[in-house]
Amino acid sequence: MLGFLSPLFEPGFFSNAPVQTALLVGGIVAVVSGIVGTFTVMRGQSFAGHSLADIGTAGGSASFLLGISPLFGFVAMNLMAAGVMEWIGIRRPRGRDLGAALGLAALLLYLDTTASSTTGATINVLFGSIFTLPSSLVPVIAIFSVVAAGVVLAMYRPLLLSSVSSDLATAQGVRVRLVGIGYLGALAVAVSLSAVTIGAILSTALLIGPAATALRITNRTGRAAVIASAIGVVATWLGVLLAYDSYYWFPSRGGWPVSFFVVTLVFLLYLVSQIRFGRGSRVQRAGVAAQAG
Amino acid sequence: MVQSRGADETAEILHVDGVSVTLSGREILHDVTFHINAGEFTGLIGSNGAGKTTLLRVILGLITPTSGTVRFEGGARRQPHIGYVPQRITLDPDMPLRARDLVGLGIDGQRFGLPWPSAARRRRVDEMLDSVDAMRFAESRVGNLSGGEQQRILIAHALISRPRLLLLDEPLANLDIGSEQEVVDLLSRIATQQQIAVLISTHDMNPLLPVMDRIVYVAAGRIATGTTDEVVSSESLTKLYGHHVDVIHVHDRVLVVAGRTDAALQHGGNESIVELV
Repeated sequence: MLGFLSPLFEPGFFSNAPVQTALLVGGIVAVVSGIVGTFTVMRGQSFAGHSLADIGTAGGSASFLLGISPLFGFVAMNLMAAGVMEWIGIRRPRGRDLGAALGLAALLLYLDTTASSTTGATINVLFGSIFTLPSSLVPVIAIFSVVAAGVVLAMYRPLLLSSVSSDLATAQGVRVRLVGIGYLGALAVAVSLSAVTIGAILSTALLIGPAATALRITNRTGRAAVIASAIGVVATWLGVLLAYDSYYWFPSRGGWPVSFFVVTLVFLLYLVSQIRFGRGSRVQRAGVAAQAG
Repeated sequence: MVQSRGADETAEILHVDGVSVTLSGREILHDVTFHINAGEFTGLIGSNGAGKTTLLRVILGLITPTSGTVRFEGGARRQPHIGYVPQRITLDPDMPLRARDLVGLGIDGQRFGLPWPSAARRRRVDEMLDSVDAMRFAESRVGNLSGGEQQRILIAHALISRPRLLLLDEPLANLDIGSEQEVVDLLSRIATQQQIAVLISTHDMNPLLPVMDRIVYVAAGRIATGTTDEVVSSESLTKLYGHHVDVIHVHDRVLVVAGRTDAALQHGGNESIVELV
């Protein structure tokens, strides 16, 4: 009946257990990234998200040496990094703040490679392990997802108000600092989840890309979060499908990485949204506003 | 200090009594005393750095004064709900937030949980938008609105929780003359119709001259208060500044020329306070 789709869906796609896990985990993580990422972009904290992914790489690689799942390494390292960022008051970190963490990540990745005598661990940390995730980890991922999304949704209004203006929020009785800490915690967990699925290198793209696209499409915060989640899910599922198909593609040595497809799809959707809802009209309106104000 | 005309004690909304603030060794405010009554329109006038924002932050409870007290309606020490429009908010044009959403956050933005749309809530937001003449751009992104339009939305956001006192920090800065007049008229109408006390800080008193009931004039952390005529005179301001000050009336504008002061020299055509060194 769906025979015309057979060139797209290679044999065994839907009955393959790792594919089922990948679709489930990828879907959950994309929804969390969409919700958390919408606020990351609104708060101008994209680079904080990216920094967490970089720093988390040290945790992810350390966990291989300790023999635990990289998810726990990422989460532990990211929460710690978020704590330090809050403690020393870096809301928008810069490149120089990351030096030490990147050095540590490089050392641990090197040790991963030499200790395991294969490049598997390093590949997993950098490019994600969506096809090799043990199904026992799915409930853990689900719990982390519920916590990260739950924190953001529970603080939705105070978080939105303090993202608009911390002065406005403070005057209305919002404890802006506490909201900021809660949000940074949720961001740390979301980045970890994204790093485990599509890898540390590109995890920020799943967090920021769909949200940046959604911000163009709608004027409403809630809808932006829903659209960002939907874009993330579509990109991830298509990415999983294409990666599965790519097993037989050039240079036919085990397929292309999922993260490549996911990020390319996210980027293409962003380009389309730029053309359709893009700068031209917005800049014009902003220009009129500048004249009037 | 110039005393104001006989005030009705029962209608007193705010009473600032002997407030001094010292921040990192520098005295920002010195023995500031004044009060505001319900429905009164008060201008907090002073050049940049005179202590206006600090005074507003003390009233909001964001800064604890080194000495002195702030009391609200009925002698309450604790801050009741105050409407507040902060200085120079930059609203990002990329932010997916409609003007009406920001006004709605004024009702329950501090509460946890997801917002729950209801007909009653929508009606209340509509009424508020209507009373600040903002229905026309209610569905637009706040970041895309003009300065005057954003100011009206921020006023609606501050007023929708029905405060008895509305504080605005330099709401006229960066507005063109037309929007400036619109915002002043709107605030004056709100003060009278809804019996809300309005305290508005500005470095240029001229736009407020027709509507001000009372003036709180700040210079180097000290204040003079009373009606405009009482405060804005050479005699009263000379006493405040501690050296000779000229008040010059040019057409329907007022110019304050304060010589020999350690306060910063002010420039700009809109300044009503000209301080010469």
